[in-house]
Order: sequence, then C-alpha cells, then structure tokens
Amino acid sequence: MSVIETRDLTYTYPGVTKPSIEEVSVTINKGDFVILTGPSGCGKTTLCRCFNGLIPHFYNGDLEGKIEVAGLNVVDHQIHQIARHVGLVFQNPENQLFALSVEKDVAFGLENFAMPRDEMRKRVDWALQMAGISELSERPPHELSGGQQQRVAIASVLAMQPDIMVLDEPTSFLDPVGAEKIFEVINELNKKLGITIILVEHRLDLAAKYANHVIVMNKGKIALTGSPREIFTSEEARLIGVGIPKATKLYQHLKKHGIRLKAVPVTTEETADLLREILKND
Amino acid sequence: MIEVKDLYYTYPTGLEALKGISLTVNDGEFLAVMGQNGAGKTTLVKHFNGLLKPTKGEILVDGVSTRDVSVAQLARNVGFVFQNPDHQLFSETVEEEIVFALRNFGFEKAVIEKQVDWALNLLDVTQYRKTSPFMLSGGERKRVALASILAWDPQVIILDEPTIGQDHQQKEKLQQFILQLNAQKKTVIVVTHDVEFVAECSPRVILMSQGKIVVDGTAKKILTNPKVLAQASIVPPQITQIFLELADLGLPTDVIDVHEATKILLNRLRKRS
Ligand SMILES: Nc1ncnc2c1ncn2[C@@H]1O[C@H](COP(=O)(O)OP(=O)(O)O)[C@@H](O)[C@H]1O
Ligand SMILES: Nc1ncnc2c1ncn2[C@@H]1O[C@H](COP(=O)(O)OP(=O)(O)O)[C@@H](O)[C@H]1O
Ligand SMILES: [Mg+2]
Ligand SMILES: [Mg+2]
Repeated sequence: MSVIETRDLTYTYPGVTKPSIEEVSVTINKGDFVILTGPSGCGKTTLCRCFNGLIPHFYNGDLEGKIEVAGLNVVDHQIHQIARHVGLVFQNPENQLFALSVEKDVAFGLENFAMPRDEMRKRVDWALQMAGISELSERPPHELSGGQQQRVAIASVLAMQPDIMVLDEPTSFLDPVGAEKIFEVINELNKKLGITIILVEHRLDLAAKYANHVIVMNKGKIALTGSPREIFTSEEARLIGVGIPKATKLYQHLKKHGIRLKAVPVTTEETADLLREILKND
Repeated sequence: MIEVKDLYYTYPTGLEALKGISLTVNDGEFLAVMGQNGAGKTTLVKHFNGLLKPTKGEILVDGVSTRDVSVAQLARNVGFVFQNPDHQLFSETVEEEIVFALRNFGFEKAVIEKQVDWALNLLDVTQYRKTSPFMLSGGERKRVALASILAWDPQVIILDEPTIGQDHQQKEKLQQFILQLNAQKKTVIVVTHDVEFVAECSPRVILMSQGKIVVDGTAKKILTNPKVLAQASIVPPQITQIFLELADLGLPTDVIDVHEATKILLNRLRKRS
C-alpha cells in the first residue's frame, strides 16, 4: 500500500526561474525504509519539504503535478493535518528548535494532539531516552552543541510517533557510535511499529543495511531507484557520485580480478560471510 | 612546529574540557584529531591559533608561547576553518570576505588581487565572487571560508569537521585538496569523526576522549584497534570490520584500505589454487 505518491511533481521556489525538482514521480509503500541520496543541491531537501506540506503551504512558489501523502492530497490539506501523519527532522536542527527547554521543544507537537498530560509525559520521556538526551531535558536548545541539537530534533519527531518519518541528514554532527545508535532506534521503529522511514543520507556505509529501497536524485530529477544492491552496483550511480559502501566496492574490485562472490554484499556481515565461503572452499 | 605542554583548559562555566594534553606537531605533518562528540577536539585546536589560552600548561608555536602573541599575529601562520562557517563569514560578498584578511595583514593591492583570483579559482567559487556568502549552500560556504584562509598562505591549516554536510564527490575533492596542501609541505590538522575519510587520507591520528589523548599513532594502527576506538565512540572503517570478522582464517587484521584488501584476498586465493 503506498503512503506517498507523487506524479510529475515540479516545484520552483519564489523568485527563481529554474525548478528545484522536476517531474518527480515516486511511490513509497507503507513500512518501507527508503534512503534518499544524490549530490548536494539535487533537490533532496526540497522533496522532503513537499512530503510534509511545507511546500506549498509555507514556501510559496509554483507547484505542479500531483502529491498524495497518507491518502491526503497535500495541496488541499493544511499543514497541521499532514503533520499528524508525517514528521520531518530538518537538515539544520537550529531551524527546528525554538522552545526555552529541550523538554518543551519535544512536547510542543503533542500539545496540539489534545493528549492526556500523563500520556504526554510518558511520550516525552520515552523520546528523550531513545534519542539519548534524558539528562538535557531542562537545558535551552540554543546552548547545545550541533550534535545535541540534532538529537533534540529527532526526539521531537519521535515523540509524535508519526506514520511516516522523514529525516534529512539527521546525524551529520554525531560521532559514529552516536549515529549508529540513532539509526538503530529508527530501524526499530520501522521494523517493530511499521513506521515508514525516508532517510536522506550520504554515508551509505553506515545506513545501507537498514534500507530496502534507495532513491537517487540528480539535478532535480529522480535518476535511479532500486534495492541497495541494485543501486550500489550500478555504473550510473557511480557516475552521479553516490558514495558506494566500501563492502560493495570490495566486491567490485574482486570481480574485476575474476573473483566472483555469490551475491552482492551491502553490509559488513554479508561481505565477511561471502568471503569466508570462498576462502574456505578454495 | 606546535608544541603542547601539559595543557589544561577550563571554560568560564567551570567545565574542565582539557585535562593534561601533551603533543608535538611538526612542520609539514598531517594530523587527524578524532574522538567522540564533546571530547575536547575543538577546544584543543582553538589553542593552536590562540583563540583560547591555556588555563594551565602552554602552547609554543615556532617556539613562541601563544600567551605572548595576539590571535591576529598568530593567524598569519595558523589559519583556522571553523566547524560552522557562519561563525567566520561576515562580509557582503565572497570577494570582500577574502580581501578583508589580506588587507589586514597589510598586503599590497596588486598582491591582494592576485591572491583573491587564485583562491577563488582554487576552491571553485569564482562564479560566486559578487554573491553574499549567506546565499550559498553549507558546502559552498565552507569552501569560501577555506579560500579566505588559503589566500594569505599560512604555514599551518586547521580544519574543524570539514566533511560534515559534504556529499561524496565534494568529500573526494576536499580529500585531494588536503593531500595536495600537505604535499606542498603545509602542516594540516583536521578535526573529524569521519573514519572512511581518515582511512583514505592515512594521516597521523590522535584519539581523544574526555579531555585527554587516548592514543597517538598512524591511521593504520589506530583505526584497526577496535578496543581503543570504542573508548572514543569511533567505529572502525568497513574494510577493517570485515577483516576483523575473518581473523580466525589467518587474514591480517590491520587493513583499512579497499585496494590493499583486494590485493591480500587475491594473493590468498591464488596461493591456494
Ligand atoms: N528557499 C530556497 N529558495 C530558493 N532556492 C532554493 C531554496 N532552497 C533550496 N533552493 C535551491 O534548490 C535546489 C535544491 O536544493 P535542496 O533541495 O536544498 O538540495 P539538497 O537537499 O539535495 O542539497 C538548489 O539549487 C538550491 O539552491
Ligand atoms: N563555550 C563553551 N562554554 C562552556 N563549555 C563549552 C564551550 N564549548 C565547549 N564546551 C564544552 O567543552 C567540552 C568539549 O567541547 P568541544 O571541544 O567542542 O568538543 P568536540 O569538539 O570534541 O566535540 C564539551 O563538554 C562542551 O560541552
Ligand atoms: Mg539538503
Ligand atoms: Mg568540535
């Protein structure tokens, strides 16, 4: 069942002539874990803004084509109606945080839901804990480091438990262990609660193992879509400049020298298993 | 040469961010400072150009204590590209941004013009000459910040988290660029938690955790030591992880590079057949 469907979506920001996304047609199904990637400036953030209705309701400009999210026509519904279904973690967390304390920022979205107070309390505590920032709850967000702010932005969206989570480069400031923990949390929400995930990410070696689908954009258009395996072995993806995980690169180098692994590995574990097989049988 | 002698630093808030750091960075060296968020990496490198002064201990840059010279004097030799370029850029156009420092250092007009052209071209931002830095994307702003520093040709270049927010191709370009600077005998100090980037550049690495240096050595030695990396919230590069999993088959466990990995596997398979 599709939860996001766009047809020939074209959008031009006000005051510019060139569209930032052009004729984008994508289908995202319920429970998908999608990685959206592509060179800087290719339109990833712009497309994310369409998914939660910021475009066209907050950014004016010119939107053409069709977009339906959670069964709602985005153009005909207001932002708060769409927000019940879609949570967006902004690329730049500073733009998302405005309350006087971390806790208030995380509770903000829930206040519009008319949720009982103790239920709200539980949700906020849970979200803070999942994002690893329980001890920061009283701190003003604008005094925190970039990495800590990113965690707050993630917690704010987690608290809402939306059907669809869109995360725009959510862990760029975090150290590798910190980033991995966040990806694990997102993955758990996806696998256990069936929350649809759209993750914008360049570091595919960290994120690839969680995804079932990859969308590559280039110059405002959808360039490629497919499974991680298909995308990472595609020559086109390499030419566009997608950062192929080292595991897949190793597979390709070996293949060039006449050594074929049984399957295309995407993760560390898969690669180790496939190598073990040929090293033993040889 | 930068000599750090038993450096302690406490922020005005009372937070002790550095707890006894000793380190020597030689001229022409390429050093990566790695470690978890909040380890004190930025605090440490801010001491190298005098932005912060030690609470205890001292820093000598070419033999002179940073306590005895101003940031402006130090800047001539030590250029610093901030983690967030917004903290650095303030001019109305990209060009003025670059001209500003050069004028402050008292360069002549003709030299300034030449250096500006050179730096804009080098970092591929010539087309934004008359644009406000704030109209540019994060990655472009970072390149402008770097251009403005390279324009006055400092001996030491410090980059704080240069790969954040850069896409794959920009990262590769940056990597080539840094290696090129280093080949020209510049001292390059990069603060980063990007292991794949470090694995490809292979600099000397210091690993920090909680205000201290945990270990100091080659990229190959440190990135292949998962125990030590874990103390600093760093995960080994993917190639290293694969080889660590296969250690029981007698493969080496100190591999960080995909080309080296390919060679080792080919040798092993050929020997057997
Ligand atoms: N608010 C805006 N106004 C005008 N142009 C914009 C705005 N935001 C982004 N753009 C332009 O739209 C294009 C796509 O940008 P963006 O969606 O941010 O790309 P990405 O997230 O893939 O880096 C770029 O050319 C960018 O300069
Ligand atoms: N201006 C400041 N005032 C008070 N504490 C600070 C300031 N800047 C950083 N800190 C604290 O000092 C410690 C080290 O920070 P920093 O050097 O920025 O770490 P890193 O660069 O390794 O992430 C952290 O605990 C951080 O919260
Ligand atoms: Mg973006
Ligand atoms: Mg820092």
